[in-house]
Amino acid sequence: MAQNLRSNRQVSVCLPCRAVGSRPASAPALLFLSLLTSALPARADYAVNLQTPATGLANQVYDLHTLIVWICFVIFIIVLVPMGVALVRHRKSAGHEPAKFHHNTLVEWIWTIIPVLILVSMAWPATQLVVQMKDTSKEDLTIKITGRQWKWEYEYLGDGIRFISNSATSNEQIAGKQQKNEHYLLEVDKPLVVPTGRKVRIVLTAADVIHTWWVPALGVKQDAIPGFIRDAWFKVEQPGTYRGQCAELCGVGHAYMPVVVEAVPPQQFATWMQDQKTQLAAAEEASGKTYSLDELKARGEKVYAANCAACHQPTGMGISGAFPALSGSKIATGDKAGHMDIVLHGKPGTAMAAFGPQLSNLDLAAVITYERNSWNNKVGDAVQPSEIAARKK
Amino acid sequence: MYTATATDTHGHDHEHAPTGIMRWIASTNHKDIGTLYLWFSLFMFFFAGTLAMMIRAELFQPGLQLFQPGFFNQLTTMHGLIMIFGAIMPALVGFANWQIPLMIGASDMAFPRMNNWSFWLLPAAGLLLISTFFVPGGSIGGGWTMYPPLFIQGGIGYDMAILSVHLMGISSIMGAINIITTVLNMRAPGMTLMKMPLFVWTWFITAFLLIAVMPVLACAITMLLTDRNFGTHFFDAAGGGDAVMYQHLFWFFGHPEVYIMILPAFGIISTIIPTFSRKPLFGYVSMVYAVASIAFLSFIVWAHHMFTTGMPVAGQLFFMYTTMLIAVPTGVKVFNWISTLWRGAITFETPMLFALAFVILFAIGGFSGLVLALVPVDIQLQDTYYVVAHFHYVLFSGSAMAIMGGVYYWLPKWTGHMYDERLGKIHFWLTAIAFNITFFPMHFLGLAGMPRRIPDYALQFADFNMIASIGGFLLGASQLLFLYTVVKCVRGGAPAPARPWDGADTLEWTLPSPAPYHSFVTPPLVK
Amino acid sequence: MQSPTQTHHTDVYYVPSSSIWPIVGSIALLTLAAGFVLYLGKVAAGPYVMGAGVAILATMLFGWFSTVIKESLAGKYSDQVDTSFRWGMAWFIFSEVAFFSGLFGALFYVRLITLPSLGHADLVWPNFEGVWPSAGPGLNKTITPVGAWGIPALNTLILLSSGATVTWAHWGLQKGRQAQLKLGLALTVLLGALFLGLQIHEYAEAAFSIRDGIFGALFYMLTGFHGFHVLLGTVMLTIILLRAMAGHFTPDRHFAFEAVAWYWHFVDVVWLLLFVFVYWI
Ligand code: HEA
Ligand code: HEA
Ligand code: HEC
Ligand code: CUA
Ligand SMILES: [Cu+2]
Repeated sequence: MAQNLRSNRQVSVCLPCRAVGSRPASAPALLFLSLLTSALPARADYAVNLQTPATGLANQVYDLHTLIVWICFVIFIIVLVPMGVALVRHRKSAGHEPAKFHHNTLVEWIWTIIPVLILVSMAWPATQLVVQMKDTSKEDLTIKITGRQWKWEYEYLGDGIRFISNSATSNEQIAGKQQKNEHYLLEVDKPLVVPTGRKVRIVLTAADVIHTWWVPALGVKQDAIPGFIRDAWFKVEQPGTYRGQCAELCGVGHAYMPVVVEAVPPQQFATWMQDQKTQLAAAEEASGKTYSLDELKARGEKVYAANCAACHQPTGMGISGAFPALSGSKIATGDKAGHMDIVLHGKPGTAMAAFGPQLSNLDLAAVITYERNSWNNKVGDAVQPSEIAARKK
Repeated sequence: MYTATATDTHGHDHEHAPTGIMRWIASTNHKDIGTLYLWFSLFMFFFAGTLAMMIRAELFQPGLQLFQPGFFNQLTTMHGLIMIFGAIMPALVGFANWQIPLMIGASDMAFPRMNNWSFWLLPAAGLLLISTFFVPGGSIGGGWTMYPPLFIQGGIGYDMAILSVHLMGISSIMGAINIITTVLNMRAPGMTLMKMPLFVWTWFITAFLLIAVMPVLACAITMLLTDRNFGTHFFDAAGGGDAVMYQHLFWFFGHPEVYIMILPAFGIISTIIPTFSRKPLFGYVSMVYAVASIAFLSFIVWAHHMFTTGMPVAGQLFFMYTTMLIAVPTGVKVFNWISTLWRGAITFETPMLFALAFVILFAIGGFSGLVLALVPVDIQLQDTYYVVAHFHYVLFSGSAMAIMGGVYYWLPKWTGHMYDERLGKIHFWLTAIAFNITFFPMHFLGLAGMPRRIPDYALQFADFNMIASIGGFLLGASQLLFLYTVVKCVRGGAPAPARPWDGADTLEWTLPSPAPYHSFVTPPLVK
Repeated sequence: MQSPTQTHHTDVYYVPSSSIWPIVGSIALLTLAAGFVLYLGKVAAGPYVMGAGVAILATMLFGWFSTVIKESLAGKYSDQVDTSFRWGMAWFIFSEVAFFSGLFGALFYVRLITLPSLGHADLVWPNFEGVWPSAGPGLNKTITPVGAWGIPALNTLILLSSGATVTWAHWGLQKGRQAQLKLGLALTVLLGALFLGLQIHEYAEAAFSIRDGIFGALFYMLTGFHGFHVLLGTVMLTIILLRAMAGHFTPDRHFAFEAVAWYWHFVDVVWLLLFVFVYWI
């Protein structure tokens, strides 16, 4: 049965995300569809089931889930029917006299043993799938993923390519001051790019608290735990954009930590790699230059909005009791060195992360300059990328 | 199962109930203390329910409308924490206090003074917990599971919450010791263990679970406290500690904890169904064994909450198998309930309606639990609204609805008045319907990929969230009717006969209604 | 169905009169917690509030136990009540066992799972060898543990002997030899105090602190909680000694003595485990 359903599903390909445009008015009607519904192929407009799988593993998970839901559904009916009969026929108002029996060892054994057998039949396929999921060997490519409050850092191990992927949804959209995009909360500035048809192994860790990297369509969800390395793998069949988000509560930005994976054919992937390397070289060069205060401030404003405003707030006023105000802060108006240190190294044990390893020297210089010369802060000096480089050593 | 002769029901009632405030503050009377527990629980239920209303209001639409994310996290965390420790557990202990002595023919609990202390620690803990909303940095926003390292980051409110949970833990342990001792040592002559009403059995085993796991929670949160304040590195990898170790400790407590909340509920249901089927409970002995097996298994399944932490394959398989096994004894219970109904003479008073809904809805919650038990599927669903749906089915339509049913069932005995049957039924139907509108769609949300504990969500989740919110408001409003019905019953109503339910055969119904202040001062004879 | 045999079942279970001590206890713990919070929040009044909490708690314990002792001496407790006390104490000790299991669980988890996996996490901690004892990969500290065969071995001896002396005291009590009872108890108290003294000395000499990574944390948490229990046990033994001198115990009615003895044996067993798993291997 499961097999049937699966072929159906593949015909009506549907990313639940697509449902956004045409929202059905009759959604409430769906409500009382039984659990069974959730095992049926995703209808074009509703997202009542797992997302359309894009990897072999996710496919198997889909089928396993379908199987289990069917089994549970059948048991549920088996439970409901005699109950319903009793409630209708054995009512006092229908004149039924109570029987006196109160146990029957044989049937009690039967309904102990049969569920065991049913469970074994569920556990068997699940076991095989677990073993497959855990087998991260023979990978074609390894990507290190680091979760940070609240962004993902990707590093292609061995290729020197490393970047941060931030949410691209604007605060205006969140606050309802702007129309929400189709991919509201599920869009990033730089997606993770992977080749199709290759076994990608991801190794995960985190810099501050536990995060969980999750892309439903790929069938991968893995905690990223600070100080530890965990791994998982996926092999995307079809090119496309796959969206997910952080699944472990990780603080105030937990809802704003999307994951976007772009799967491209291998040749295109190779080109993309090349591009990245060129850009890397250019950035290297840029941080050797000297910039004017205004240039730095302008750039810093953007960096600040992307990296700092979540806590310290766009107004620089922070959140009383949780995140200090930078406007008027002793550190942000004190000597450069102290200011650079806290931004570069963070403050262990607090939410203030070390941004040194996360941002380029230019961005660091820019954001620090911006902080020193915005809101009520009027220090008037500029921090150059070269100073950052020197301080890092 | 047995017939009871109460040799003495009112003879010793010359010692009248003390009056005034000291009656409550200094009480050593199991009924008064039970009442205190129940009122406290009701208050906390409404408090945490109000937080839930705020959650549903924010989730009514995508985008941030009412609250900032930080405050939203505080709402979810406090909602979960208070519902579990402030509403469900105290309510069940309230039942234990009222019913266990009455059902086993004891004059009181074994340690009446300690009983009072167990209760009065709760308001202290509640005060400490709720006041976190008013300290700098606000309340706790790390989830009721309090995972480090996130939990290390917060302000002083987090320390207060830890201490508050300590107090509640002390209260639970003392309460559990009391219950076990009462059951072991205070049974009326002739009340052998295997003649005890099933409700007493479930609490007996639950109390054992409590004593075994509350100290482990205490241990885990003490480590959190020292990590936060005294520079230890229990959960910090840089110092050789391990954040995942916290999760193991927590869930070693946490999983038995969920059974702590459901086993007494099973007990209540196993009392109500035979009464209104007018037929003895089917499979009493296997019911006892089932409860014991569930309790035993609950110690070896905890890591099913941690399938995405990346434990070795052997670990995942072990915990998957043990978790699945729990379906077997639980199934035995469900089948026994249905066999009890079978060929009974069934009537549908409010308690029975709650019990029947319990059987159906709890089964749904159990099935979704089973789906979650399968590692590959759980990996898709963990930390999504599917889990939220699962646990509200077992906790709300499980524990909470069993509690409501139990309240209607025993109100006549407690207050001496009949509750308003019509209002009770309306309350039931509103609750059952609104509950499903609220939580059934959450299965879909979870399957489609909506994470839990988020104040804001992607657009494809909008419809079901709106439905869930509407259902949630209805559910909340319905509970006002519950409050009204209960208060009305306490204040007056048709006088209740000693045994208002003709199918009820446990000892408490041999006493007049309301139960005299001191009952079974001389133990009754149980044949 | 059998009919009840009610030969010597006491007719009336003693339900104690109402008492204010429980709520005083709650107020005490709340005050203590509030003071602790203030202290953590670096409010100067914190320690004083905590002190007040401890004082209220002490008053409560004193008041509560005085009442119980009075009731006991007045013969209000039937055999059934006595059995209740025994069950109560037994399950209380069981809860303590659960607490220490949590701590030992943490110790084994770290040694068997955490450290090896940190040792393998080369991407985060390139040169770290995950072997016990360790202060973790990020702290840059070497740990010199306390050797098992110095003070710890001596302490083992002391605690074991104290277990023997308390049993000897019990024999004395059972046989009505009050002098043996008092001497045994006094010796036990003395040994307990000696143990504590040595433990404090060991802490003072130790080359690491509670902040020194997981070893320090586990070491002090485990031995600290144990030491705290020894302290409580010693205080309780002292009270029992005083009560014995006041002649409170008779050969067949001395539950308070037994409860404390059970507790003491429990503390003893925990120490043996500590000695093996924290100090020795
Ligand atoms: C009262 C509380 C309660 C109860 C009774 C249960 C019961 C069960 N729970 Fe649930 N659970 C919670 C409360 C509860 N749970 C909570 C609060 C969480 C989330 C915590 C958090 O993260 O915040 C949770 C989370 C949770 C998870 C982790 C999800 C995740 O975070 O990824 C899992 C995974 O295995 C799980 C499984 C189960 C199972 C298998 C049962 C079983 O006991 C169910 C057994 C019952 C049945 C199966 C139905 C009846 C049986 C039959 C009719 C017999 C025949 C059936 C078959 C043979 C299939 N639960
Ligand atoms: C027994 C426990 C219990 C109970 C009874 C409930 C009851 C409810 N819960 Fe529960 N919930 C938990 C235990 C419980 N919950 C736990 C453990 C979590 C996890 C927390 C975490 O993630 O850490 C959770 C999380 C949780 C979430 C997920 C939050 C998130 O992940 O972000 C949601 C979202 O909808 C929710 C909703 C509700 C609702 C609508 C009710 C309703 O049933 C409540 C109905 C009751 C009332 C409303 C009474 C109050 C009524 C009034 C005050 C009258 C006023 C009425 C109106 C304003 C209409 N809960
Ligand atoms: C996760 C939340 C968070 C983010 C994001 C964040 N900070 Fe902070 N920041 C904090 C916290 C918390 C502190 C206070 C640390 C302490 O306790 O001293 C802090 C302190 C500071 C201070 C010192 C202020 C003072 O007066 O004590 C500066 C400067 C600062 N941050 C700059 C930045 C910059 C620049 C960025 C972005 C590149 C940034 N922060 C991003 C949380 C954050
Ligand atoms: Cu990162 Cu949630
Ligand atoms: Cu569980």
